[in-house]
Amino acid sequence: MRLAINWFKYSAPTTFYGLAGKMVPYFAWPAAILFPIGFYIGFFVAPTDAVQGEAYRIMFIHVPASILSMFIYLILAGYAALGLIFKTRLSAMMAAALAPTGALFAFVSLWTGALWGKPMWGAWWVWDARLTSELILLFLYLGFIALQASIDDPRRADRASALLAIVGSVNVPIIYYSVQWWNTLHQGSTIKFTGTSMHVAMQQAMFTMLVACWLYTIAVALARVRSIILEREGNTQWVRELKEVRS
Amino acid sequence: MKRLSLFGLLALVIRRDLLLAMRRRADVLTTLIFFVMVVSLFPLGVGPEPEMLRKMASGVLWVAALLASMLSLSRMFAADHQDGTLEQMMLAPQSLTMMVLGKIVAHWMLSGLPLVLIAPVLGLQFDMSAGAVGVLVIALLLGTPVLSMIGAIGAALTLGLRGGGVLVSLLVLPLCIPVLIFGAGAVEAVNSGMPATSNLSLLAAFLLFALVFTPFVAAQALRISME
Repeated sequence: MRLAINWFKYSAPTTFYGLAGKMVPYFAWPAAILFPIGFYIGFFVAPTDAVQGEAYRIMFIHVPASILSMFIYLILAGYAALGLIFKTRLSAMMAAALAPTGALFAFVSLWTGALWGKPMWGAWWVWDARLTSELILLFLYLGFIALQASIDDPRRADRASALLAIVGSVNVPIIYYSVQWWNTLHQGSTIKFTGTSMHVAMQQAMFTMLVACWLYTIAVALARVRSIILEREGNTQWVRELKEVRS
Repeated sequence: MKRLSLFGLLALVIRRDLLLAMRRRADVLTTLIFFVMVVSLFPLGVGPEPEMLRKMASGVLWVAALLASMLSLSRMFAADHQDGTLEQMMLAPQSLTMMVLGKIVAHWMLSGLPLVLIAPVLGLQFDMSAGAVGVLVIALLLGTPVLSMIGAIGAALTLGLRGGGVLVSLLVLPLCIPVLIFGAGAVEAVNSGMPATSNLSLLAAFLLFALVFTPFVAAQALRISME
């Protein structure tokens, strides 16, 4: 191996701070461009649904938000595990930076779901398995954030919330299946969306929105982790020498 | 120093915790009284129709048990943390996981078991059938230890934090949902004429799964909190 790459160079907050700053625009700008495109295709190009009319268009926000709310929890738990095993401070900071975005998406998913449910099912809320597990996911996010916020020592906060995230991620499938089973015991789902072939424009809109949300998540998480680094390392020399801090 | 076997250690910790609790009996009774009160509030809130009460009995009893066990969680490690016993336990050459398991078992015997024993009486208040009461007791017997075990992780993580009591509920309650679902589901199954065995088997599976992992995880959480 002639070319030795130092894989760990950017696992230090000092070096990652700069890298994250450079990376943010590369994710923020595409997100800013893709959101209007996705909305445009979703609201104007995609045809009216045969069964659901115009109301279905909320799914272009609802579905990406739901997917990301679940996916972010996995990423968060992954970072938490990394931080707990290798004791890398940055991983824990990334987990902390992702949590609010995950909670936001879980909330948006529930909110838009309620708005969609009213015209479709005739109720703002039904105790459907998917709705219930999304709500519990929001609770898990809030627990993570609450634990992180109530411990003053950042090292302990990181490790404690990391452990909680891992326990939560082990529990997520159990919760999901138990909720599903509980639901089938009580009553069947009111409406099931089974394999209706989606129109191409709908697929495009959905995909664009998903990518946009994804890019947004990365940009926001990176921007947030920069603030966390500054907060935690506030008393170090390299932070004091930063251009944006000095001025 | 006398070397203790793992189970000797377990028995020692359980005995010690029970002895300590017996010296301060009021704490144990408070949880029990809380449980009885919460359950008794429901008929006052929703009305005394036996039809409806019978239907909600299992859910009410389970939710009340969940809340009662949350209430006593903050006590699991707090006293030992305050007087420094916990530190000594962690320094001891014996397995911390086993000691945590001992504390969990003692916690369950003090906060879970009394609920299980009083549950049939409350079940009768809700006009439950004898079969349903029997299943309820078995389900509580299988489920309440799991609540203590998952709760131990939360209690260990929030050790010594301000507002620890509320925080621990926030962390632990979502994780306890499967137990609630299958615990209440078992009674529901009996009421609708189905066998409760599948629900009870799943509860037993949770119990075994939690028995293997949670003492270790709670011990790790204690190490994080005590650094």
